[in-house]
Amino acid sequence: MSVWNWLALGGAAVVALAVVAEARRRALSGPRGRRFFRHPTAMPGTFVLAFFVTIAVAAPAVAPYPPYYQIDVVHPDQPPSVRFPLGTDPLSRDVWSRLAYGARISLGIGTLAMVVAVTLGAAVGAVAGYFRGSVDAALMRVVDVALAMPRIFVLLMAVALWEHLPLWVLVLLIGLTGWFGTSRLVRAEVLSLREREFVSAARALGARSGHIIFRHVLPNAAAPIIVSAALGIGNVMLLEAGLSFLGMGVPSPAPSWGNMIADGLPKMAVAPWSATFPGLAISLVVMALNAIGDALRDALDPRRETA
Amino acid sequence: MTEPLLRVRDLKTYFVTEQGRGTARAVDGVSFEVQPGETLGIVGESGCGKTVTSLSILRLIPEPPGHVRPGSFIEFEGRNLLTLEPRELRAIRGNEIAMIFQEPMTSLNPVFTVGDQIAEAAIVHQGLGRAAARARAIEMLRLVGIPDPDERVDHYPHQMSGGMRQRVMIAMALVCRPKLLIADEPTTALDVTIQAQILELLDRLQAELGMAVMLITHDLGVVAGSADRVVVMYAGQVVEQAPTPELFARPLHPYTEGLLASVPRLDAPPAGARAGGRLHSIPGQVPAATAWPSGCRFHPRCPYAWDRCRAEEPPLLDAAGTGGTGPGSHTVRCWLLTEPRRRTPAPRP
Amino acid sequence: MTPAALVQVEGLVKHFPGERRWFGLGRPRSVVRAVDGVSFAIPAGSTLGLVGESGCGKSTTGRAMLRLIEPDRGRVTIDGQDVLALGARELRALRRRMQIVFQDPYGSLNPRMTVRQTLVEPLAIHRIAIGREAERRIAALLEEVGLDPAFEGSYPHELSGGQRQRVGIARALSVEPQVLVLDEPVSALDVSVQAQVLNLLADLQARRRLTYLFIAHDLAVVKHIADQVAVMYLGKIVEHAPAPALYAGPRHPYTASLLSAVPVPDPTAQRQRIVLSGDVPSPAHPPAGCPFHPRCPHPKKNDRCRTEAPALREVTPDQRVACHFAEEPLQPS
Ligand SMILES: Nc1ncnc2c1ncn2[C@@H]1O[C@H](COP(=O)(O)OP(=O)(O)OP(=O)(O)O)[C@@H](O)[C@H]1O
Ligand SMILES: Nc1ncnc2c1ncn2[C@@H]1O[C@H](COP(=O)(O)OP(=O)(O)OP(=O)(O)O)[C@@H](O)[C@H]1O
Ligand code: SF4
Ligand SMILES: [Mg+2]
Ligand SMILES: [Mg+2]
Repeated sequence: MSVWNWLALGGAAVVALAVVAEARRRALSGPRGRRFFRHPTAMPGTFVLAFFVTIAVAAPAVAPYPPYYQIDVVHPDQPPSVRFPLGTDPLSRDVWSRLAYGARISLGIGTLAMVVAVTLGAAVGAVAGYFRGSVDAALMRVVDVALAMPRIFVLLMAVALWEHLPLWVLVLLIGLTGWFGTSRLVRAEVLSLREREFVSAARALGARSGHIIFRHVLPNAAAPIIVSAALGIGNVMLLEAGLSFLGMGVPSPAPSWGNMIADGLPKMAVAPWSATFPGLAISLVVMALNAIGDALRDALDPRRETA
Repeated sequence: MTEPLLRVRDLKTYFVTEQGRGTARAVDGVSFEVQPGETLGIVGESGCGKTVTSLSILRLIPEPPGHVRPGSFIEFEGRNLLTLEPRELRAIRGNEIAMIFQEPMTSLNPVFTVGDQIAEAAIVHQGLGRAAARARAIEMLRLVGIPDPDERVDHYPHQMSGGMRQRVMIAMALVCRPKLLIADEPTTALDVTIQAQILELLDRLQAELGMAVMLITHDLGVVAGSADRVVVMYAGQVVEQAPTPELFARPLHPYTEGLLASVPRLDAPPAGARAGGRLHSIPGQVPAATAWPSGCRFHPRCPYAWDRCRAEEPPLLDAAGTGGTGPGSHTVRCWLLTEPRRRTPAPRP
Repeated sequence: MTPAALVQVEGLVKHFPGERRWFGLGRPRSVVRAVDGVSFAIPAGSTLGLVGESGCGKSTTGRAMLRLIEPDRGRVTIDGQDVLALGARELRALRRRMQIVFQDPYGSLNPRMTVRQTLVEPLAIHRIAIGREAERRIAALLEEVGLDPAFEGSYPHELSGGQRQRVGIARALSVEPQVLVLDEPVSALDVSVQAQVLNLLADLQARRRLTYLFIAHDLAVVKHIADQVAVMYLGKIVEHAPAPALYAGPRHPYTASLLSAVPVPDPTAQRQRIVLSGDVPSPAHPPAGCPFHPRCPHPKKNDRCRTEAPALREVTPDQRVACHFAEEPLQPS
């Protein structure tokens, strides 16, 4: 790893710190932001997330090698050194470089799949909760059944039917199987919101259902949606890691943290670094997301929205 | 003059609000006395500090964010409640001083029968056995006018109506025959016909048990019918204090005057508004507890206010010449008392 | 009924199914008869006060009239137009003519919308005004309800109860309705602010010739604003009369006891209180016969009350009462 890479890495850490400081400065002017940062793990969580996002964005700068680049066949399973800060994997690729590029894939899949899931979940939940009656009954039965099926099993089946799974299909599949919980959450929220008088007032004014849902109901249900999204991204990353580990997720040689673990695992006894570091990265990011989700839950709790 | 049962002097209870919004001076120098056996009405609009006053007396203020400021003084039968040990305090709470709360729906524990809840105080404070306490609970339910008390004693709160729950609350409060009952808006959540029942019940029980009652309410009609003396609160302070007939016949504080004039009345000529008559109203609204106005706290809404009101905070002035805050006294926190001529411009239409 | 009446309600019924047996699959256990055959007429520019205790069906009546709740049966006409026969599109158009103001000043405004956004919405929905014109109208509305224009950018939690209620009134007025249902508009307000809002409502009515259905549980407040008063008990109107007649000589024992239960702020008033025994029965199980008989203090109460429900009948030319003994006036309060 060259001086230039080290500088870039240091730069990434500085950027992450700056992001946290700036976010904190802005947040402290409002009561919600204050509640967010009062949570003990909110700061470290935000920092870890900001750091990995910066790494992902700046992968070409912080990584000394391209992700697929095999140094040469004589360098497999090198322990961490100045040249290979996290060692090399059994195919003599630089673990650090793959970790940096893997952040793009792992975080990207997590975010995109969650966007799909949350959009779908919010839509279904809002429709079920707002219209109630048979629409609600039908949708919620579907959700019940879907929640009863183990998700990983459904995904494995879908993946097994495909020969070469394009990445966007994987994202879509994870998203499509991940909205059930969110929809229940949103439905419960909408059921109580629709009884609020400002919704009646909007109906009395002659507003259409769509307008009422988008203008009056969903914005007031935003807090649980955001929280469930934050917690959900971590979940999706774990799921992707699991699938990749089983060899059914992101196809090699593209690096994802999941398939990096899979690649490194057979040599765990002699070269633990190539599986351990991606595992550590996943744990860190998932913990950071959970911390942020928890802090958001406190910050956005409408019961604490004092007059 | 007999010794008062309860004497509150210069009570200050403040709350620290979330950063940036300052201190809420919820109760800010309140003084009054309750004589044995009398009913003291405390009236005021939402947020003027009625509930905080009563919670301070029982030392039930959540700390933090709240705290009773040093210099405050609450004396019950010669004992300073603010310096009592927790153990001594518990012996007084629910035993000698009892309280009923604003919300009959949420103040009862849903998982215990009403009988258990009434009996608990008797067991704790008077060392009654299970059977004796249950008998006492039934007797209390009968006293507060609940039909079939032997059966009702085993019911849960959700099986009762709002009016019955409020009766149960009263039964719970009275089970140890307290000397002072603090009733914080006991009828606000109830319908008028049920309110009439509860007020009548309180009147009767007070006569039978000889206890003193602090009746807290925002409804001037309620105090007119039940209280011997009235304390009017505004913005965390007592602004007027007088015997009931005197207060209604001769309200001296412009706030009391305005409040009395703005109550829609059944005994007014019919359809006042349509006949061109309008209700009197006090302009503006009650300020926030974090930002009481300087000078007289009522001056921004007062029709008489002049320079002195804006600059200087009036003390409680004696209007009856009796001194003190005991029975028969009439005190007013208003500079008009020193310059009665200024009352001339009639309040706005 | 007077042909001049702008609003006519006839035989309005709304029953809510109770809980169902068998985990929500069986027959409903009992039916809540929230509104059970309510009729009234309100002449243009006047106010009908609808009074009664909690749960007697006042709000349900008001909402069913506007079809915020679909009534089960009955007829509602405004200016001759049959409200219950309208399709979704015509109903939205009708919303411009009848509006509602709610009791809870905290719950009836969207917490995430500023005052301006709240007031722009109805103008946009009905394509009344946009841009500059909308701004001008909002300024005029705020002026009319007595709210400082500085509050335009405020969120509801930054306003006091009285200010919020003014925003609610301004929102209802923005579409220039003829009829306003006021569902306990001052019950949640402090006395000093309540008087401000009542005065505002009276002024608006005089200026805009509005027709009000004024719902309240406080007879003293209603006396101040209503031309006629209808008293409800368990989903039915038990007495309906012009305000002066009703306050001077109530003929239903329930009206009489309601009147006598209102606390009067005058310690010297010598009043004979009629204290009713018992609680209001649940509208899911109304008593047989006259619904009021278990609590009725009428000296002549007899077996007929327990078995035969009295109809709402005309006792004097304009006083309608549902009591078997309505002929003799009761002692006025
Ligand atoms: N826990 C608390 N934290 C901060 N402020 C508080 C707290 N409790 C009360 N206050 C403030 O103290 C003031 C007085 O409140 P209090 O409950 O005594 O009013 P009240 O006279 O009982 O009114 P109401 O008629 O609404 O019951 C209010 O302005 C309120 O905001
Ligand atoms: N959506 C609903 N589902 C089931 N029951 C309802 C519903 N809405 C109202 N009810 C019942 O109908 C009855 C009448 O209710 P309504 O809200 O009209 O009373 P109200 O006279 O307005 O009372 P309040 O003074 O408390 O506002 C009550 O018993 C209530 O429990
Ligand atoms: S002191 Fe002045 S401002 Fe205060 S009430 Fe009296 S006259 Fe009004
Ligand atoms: Mg209170
Ligand atoms: Mg209602």
